[in-house]
Amino acid sequence: MTVGALAAFALLLRRELRLSFRRPDQLLQPLVFFLIVTTLFPLGLSLQLSLLRDMSPGVLWVAALLSSLLSLDSLFKGDADDGTLEQLALCGQELALIVVAKTLAHWLVSGAALVLVSPVVGTALGIPPAAFATMMLSLGLGTLTLSWLGAIGAALTVGLKRGSVLLSLIVLPLAMPLLIFGAGATDRAISGSSALGALYFLGSLCVFTCTLAPFAATIALRITLE
Amino acid sequence: MNTAAGLGVEKVHVWRGARHVLKGVSLTLAPGQLLHVAGPNGSGKTTLLRVVCGLLRPESGTVSWGGRPISSVRADYQANLAFASHEAALKADLTALENLHFAVGLKRRASLQDLRRSLERTGVAECSDLPARVLSAGQRRRVAMARVLAMEAALWLLDEPFTNLDAAGTELFAGLLRCHVEGGGAALVVAHHELKPGLEMRRLELAP
Repeated sequence: MTVGALAAFALLLRRELRLSFRRPDQLLQPLVFFLIVTTLFPLGLSLQLSLLRDMSPGVLWVAALLSSLLSLDSLFKGDADDGTLEQLALCGQELALIVVAKTLAHWLVSGAALVLVSPVVGTALGIPPAAFATMMLSLGLGTLTLSWLGAIGAALTVGLKRGSVLLSLIVLPLAMPLLIFGAGATDRAISGSSALGALYFLGSLCVFTCTLAPFAATIALRITLE
Repeated sequence: MNTAAGLGVEKVHVWRGARHVLKGVSLTLAPGQLLHVAGPNGSGKTTLLRVVCGLLRPESGTVSWGGRPISSVRADYQANLAFASHEAALKADLTALENLHFAVGLKRRASLQDLRRSLERTGVAECSDLPARVLSAGQRRRVAMARVLAMEAALWLLDEPFTNLDAAGTELFAGLLRCHVEGGGAALVVAHHELKPGLEMRRLELAP
């Protein structure tokens, strides 16, 4: 009796989440990094709330992108190193399904977690609570897009000994639109004007990457498996 | 050349950079047959196994399952094969039972009792709730073999399955192989030492 794609997807998601929660240190590292980087900025700048408020969207977004990158490196590497990736590739399910499940699970424990702590960081950076909803929505869309982009990069660099720098070099240029429109949306929300345009753009980027990235990452992964 | 049901490999050539690793290897494997692939280190035994799995595409030649190229019957082929690489391929943070659950569960619906039973058959029932991290190399090998058993696949592809095993383990695995083949299964075993499964077996020697 073979296993349907949906059941396999659910099982894969459970596998990834269980593996993440067995390693709480690796789960917390990107979050702590995010918190520390964003608290360093107010300390390094002069004590002017207006200056901080002007810079906060950029600081928030750069820190979010960098901390998401930290954990992307291990997306496929862990499985490739211990040989379980081969087992997954031969399990009779589509490799693309495996890529999607792994990437979504990665986003849930990195991106979604980051979105949840972002109000704390927002408060520290002097972002008004009225802008939190837009900030969190834009961060959610942005980190999800970054996870899809990162899946391609991680699949390409999985065979390399020290691939994390190369991964950043591949992913960060592609993430520039995210930074521009994500920080733009947050900035507009802070100044009280409508951020809908930027949010729509982030949403379309997210749809664009989540429909195409799984296939690109699958092809890259198949090449590295050879 | 190949039988209707079973595995056929025909004139497979693989180059690794400038190295010609597999030089026109052909083999057939029908249900109820055991094939021992032997050869010195670096003769391409593992490469051949990866080609047979479909992980590595050969430069020329075909691998077929039931008379059709494996690329056209991929899902069916993969559902019918159990592969054990030279690594145990276990997640260190998961218990032996969880490792089996997540690996076998993608292939077929297996109850936890099924999985526990296969761990018992390879003699590591007492390790089922221990994380793979704390298991010895031999125990990990036995858990990997339990995964092969639990997949209930028609075709076993095993890469050096006897590494790290004690004498009792070697005998146990030989018995499991015999049981599988006598039950109508096919097995392709890569090993650099002699196999003594106690049944008729063919041998393919790869030249370096």
